[in-house]
Amino acid sequence: MRLGRVVGRVVATVRAADLDGEKLLVVQPLDSARRPMGATVVACDVAQSGPGDLVLWVGGREAALALPRTFVPVDATIVGHVEQAASAPAGS
Amino acid sequence: MQLARVVGTVVATVKEARMRDLKLQVVALLDERGRATGGYQVAVDAVGAGHGDVVLFAGGSSARQTALTDGKPTDATIMAIVDSWDVEGKVVWSAHGEEVEA
Repeated sequence: MRLGRVVGRVVATVRAADLDGEKLLVVQPLDSARRPMGATVVACDVAQSGPGDLVLWVGGREAALALPRTFVPVDATIVGHVEQAASAPAGS
Repeated sequence: MQLARVVGTVVATVKEARMRDLKLQVVALLDERGRATGGYQVAVDAVGAGHGDVVLFAGGSSARQTALTDGKPTDATIMAIVDSWDVEGKVVWSAHGEEVEA
């Protein structure tokens, strides 16, 4: 799982089966010091997230397991809100 | 998932048996501002997307998780057609308008 910041929302009416109702958010992945790292991803959300939130998200096939219907083509899901994230600086 | 625009189709007559009857689209990857990143993917189309549509596709094992692609050798599947998206509270792109930001 990775840290991320919700930066936007996607509206998509036409979807694959069993994806109706799933919220789609644009997430900027963050490094351990919460700096932007890499390209944004679009993720489903089961944590009632919104723009600006610091979140925990899971990627890959496991992302679908967080959703109510698990056989869905989803490769990123926000699974939690982060209140606090601490890590030692590199090299310490 | 990633944002992308459908820019072409792939016709491949000789292919693995389980790939028959799958529609293959070439999609150009977009960043969150709607700019082409230069990257592309060939993706199975599970939603009936057309040329020029902005879509979302799922990659890796997740791409197999539709009735159409179950058990098939695909690692990218278009699973939604995008109507619009916003970043930092501003609409970046809308199918009913056009690009609001470059």
